[in-house]
Amino acid sequence: MISDFTLAGARAALRQRDVSALELTNHFLTAIDTLNPVLNAFITVTPDLARAQAAAADAALARGDHGPLTGIPLAIKDLFCTQGVRTTAASRILEPFVPPYESTVSANLLRDGAIFLGKANLDEFAMGSSNATSAFGPVINPWTRAGDNRQLVPGGSSGGSAAAVAARLALGATATDTGGSIRQPASFCGIAGIKPTYGRCSRWGVVAFASSLDQAGPIARTVEDCAILLGSMAGYDAKDSTSANLAVPDFAAACRRGVKGLRIGVPREYRSDDMPAEIETMWQQGLSWLRDAGAEIVDVSLPHTKYGLATYYIVAPAEASSNLARYDGVRYGARSQGADLIDLYENTRAEGFGAEVKRRIMIGTYVLSAGYYDAYYIRAQKVRSLILQDFTNVFAKVDALLTPTAPSAAFGLGERMDDPLKMYFNDVFTVPANMAGIPGMSVPAGLDANGLPLGLQVLGKPFDEETVFAVAQAIETAAQFTTQPSIRAKG
Amino acid sequence: MAYTIEGNTGPWEIVVGLEVHAQVISRAKLFSGAATDFGAPPNSQVSFVDAAFPGMLPVLNQECVAQAVRTGLGLNAQINLTSRFDRKNYFYADLPSGYQISQFEHPIVGTGVVEIELADGSTRQIGVTRLHLEQDAGKSMHDQSPTKTYVDLNRSGVGLMEIVSEPDIRSPEEAGAYLRKLRSILRYLGTCDGNMEEGSMRADVNVSVRKTGEAYRTRCEVKNVNSIRFVMQAVEVEAIRQIEVWESGGEVQQETRLFDSARGETRSMRSKEDAHDYRYFPDPDLLPLVLEQSWVDALRAALPELPDTKRARFISDYGLTPYDAGVLVAEQSTALFFEAVAQGRDAKQAANWVTGDLFGALNRTGTSIETSPVSAENLGALLDLIADNTINGKIAKQVFEEMVATGAAPAAIVEAKGLRQVTDTSAIDAAVDAIMAANPDKVAEYRSGKDKLFGFFVGQVMKAMAGKGNPALVNTAIKAKLG
Repeated sequence: MISDFTLAGARAALRQRDVSALELTNHFLTAIDTLNPVLNAFITVTPDLARAQAAAADAALARGDHGPLTGIPLAIKDLFCTQGVRTTAASRILEPFVPPYESTVSANLLRDGAIFLGKANLDEFAMGSSNATSAFGPVINPWTRAGDNRQLVPGGSSGGSAAAVAARLALGATATDTGGSIRQPASFCGIAGIKPTYGRCSRWGVVAFASSLDQAGPIARTVEDCAILLGSMAGYDAKDSTSANLAVPDFAAACRRGVKGLRIGVPREYRSDDMPAEIETMWQQGLSWLRDAGAEIVDVSLPHTKYGLATYYIVAPAEASSNLARYDGVRYGARSQGADLIDLYENTRAEGFGAEVKRRIMIGTYVLSAGYYDAYYIRAQKVRSLILQDFTNVFAKVDALLTPTAPSAAFGLGERMDDPLKMYFNDVFTVPANMAGIPGMSVPAGLDANGLPLGLQVLGKPFDEETVFAVAQAIETAAQFTTQPSIRAKG
Repeated sequence: MAYTIEGNTGPWEIVVGLEVHAQVISRAKLFSGAATDFGAPPNSQVSFVDAAFPGMLPVLNQECVAQAVRTGLGLNAQINLTSRFDRKNYFYADLPSGYQISQFEHPIVGTGVVEIELADGSTRQIGVTRLHLEQDAGKSMHDQSPTKTYVDLNRSGVGLMEIVSEPDIRSPEEAGAYLRKLRSILRYLGTCDGNMEEGSMRADVNVSVRKTGEAYRTRCEVKNVNSIRFVMQAVEVEAIRQIEVWESGGEVQQETRLFDSARGETRSMRSKEDAHDYRYFPDPDLLPLVLEQSWVDALRAALPELPDTKRARFISDYGLTPYDAGVLVAEQSTALFFEAVAQGRDAKQAANWVTGDLFGALNRTGTSIETSPVSAENLGALLDLIADNTINGKIAKQVFEEMVATGAAPAAIVEAKGLRQVTDTSAIDAAVDAIMAANPDKVAEYRSGKDKLFGFFVGQVMKAMAGKGNPALVNTAIKAKLG
């Protein structure tokens, strides 16, 4: 059953020639045909390209000349520029944009033999936690509450990537995480996802949201699948000045390390009165699994955690307001005519950007303005240093931290849309890792009372994704999370 | 005597600071690998980074950094081992990313000094506040279509050094001298070609006026003045305008103004209220720029001899006047030419020929020292012919003109035209005898005490010898024969 394949399983089957890359690819293309009208997980599907890549993969496999991902069909978040394939960032303003270049991360995947099924939906310019801000319509979560078929959000911004993987429309997906955009949708969709250390994956060719926070990473069904994908995506890139010139470790091997003797920190500030009891229960469950596996649990304090979200919503919009200035209708993308240059800018950007993007551009412009810069941007940068210092301090004592990924399970489509602050609160547990640049992974741990998946988050030291993988694997092994979403491809 | 402008209320002092944008000489742009050649077809030197395509990232060109450090060293300035790039945000069609990457708070070069020489022989120190690296913008072309603006991005992303002076300049002459000196230093260093006509060096001029002893009054910035002459004019007309404003009871408003060279006036461009809020913040795509002291030291060790040092050496080694030395070192090529001529010869004579006859000829023929028809080797050979008495000074001028016209070597010209100096005393004696015989009355007058007639005899003898007589021998012969 192809739908049951993990990425690692499919890879083994391909290498044993139990299944061909073309069979796999056709299976997923058919599944997308069937379910994408329901889920809207893909903005663009590229069947011809995928089949051509599959044919090349089969030829390589026949020669015994395969890379780490030869024949593996993936979804690519539509924030990664793909040469000759439209890349929209889920925005009207880039609707007609076809990049003449391939992002480093997607090029690395192609180098290793991956097949691209299409471009996954997302929140517009990756700004959102529900995938409801996409100009191409919301993504629907493949999960529904028990006995309730109302549509739920998949989380965001990598909602299309998460929904596609959860519904078995792809073996894995690329995603990006600026404030939780990999981990929160992974949690909402019952799958795994890792935001590696800032600098681990090149940002070159990825449409920028907030440059000091953006980091690419994989979403997949298992921890090991994420490790395999990250191994291909990561690596130094001279074209990105913030890329880390470090060797890429064997992440998949790290999954098998175990957690015996590791010290796992529990940050007390992540506990709040309004956190649902079942999330607290799940958290305690995760800690006891790790204890049972031989880890030592240590209470720690990250005192500046409470400023994380507020600080994030200054830094990220500030950078975004500048990064998005290039979408002006002059050189590429959508253009709305105007009587003069200013008119052209105003019309293009008024019609090209959605409400959430405009809101963040306005916030960002405001916090960088003369007279406000010191009070907002400078102060936020100082707090950011303190948040990083918090992590540096606790990582002197512990090897990793365990927290919930999100303060809730998936919520209904249309909920929390009236108040941006409620929406921003989704990122409360994920944002600190972006502010500090440290790796963070969400792994499915169980179900809430409504039968919706909940994820736990493992945070690690900078460039120590290996320990993060080991801890996440221990939770995955103990959790035995086998429940599948109600909407999924079969066969 | 300090420069002042006389107003109705008495003398006014002017205060000027200059911001010079100097295009960095480098093969590639500041943050992309695109080429930087001037005059290439529009939009033929544009990378995806320069056109700000989605997901494109800047990567700092180390050669531009080296050029900025060399320039800083040439300006006797502090090199900041840690500097940072910021984004200066504003919308314009020729600014693809919507921000210019610049250095706002932490420039690569700190305070330095430029020494200027003035016409009266005095020198002044003009402080340099800072030098920072930034990107140039593209070019908007409004004259290609009646309804549309065309944009050429070839210049977009080219490295610029913005060199900011202290408000130490006190006259149009000083402004000109500062720019000439700065340009000279940049050219010596090979960090900017200093070509203001092509826009590779541009100046914004900050001008205010005040009564002697006062604190600074409000200044205006005159933008993008594209020649040294225009800068000097702009300083003067803007100062006069401000004096008129103050003296008519008004108040000068801080604003940006444009210099109209055709009408010789400045015009308001935008007021302080309309000034952009550039929303500077550190560029998150770039790490702080950290330099090794050893690398800076290596650049310092490899610097060429700069104008000030060269000028001092010309004065001490060659015994030149400060003025001549200043003229000869202004352009590196002139200094090289001069030294080639002066090597092993009478240096003062060499300086006179270069600054006098050669400059005159270059001016007259519209050529430059690089394309001079008279090579340094040939001019040196001409001086040798004078020194060894092959020709006299007067004939040398004639030979030089021939060299300018034909580019030929002086010895060949002397031979071909038979200009060799006559030192044969019998030939000279014969010529003197002939002139005396032809002018018995003048001989009598001279002998009766009219000494002034000596010059007449010299002139007549030289004329008879077609200018080729050795002047000293001719003099001796005449003196002997007239008694």
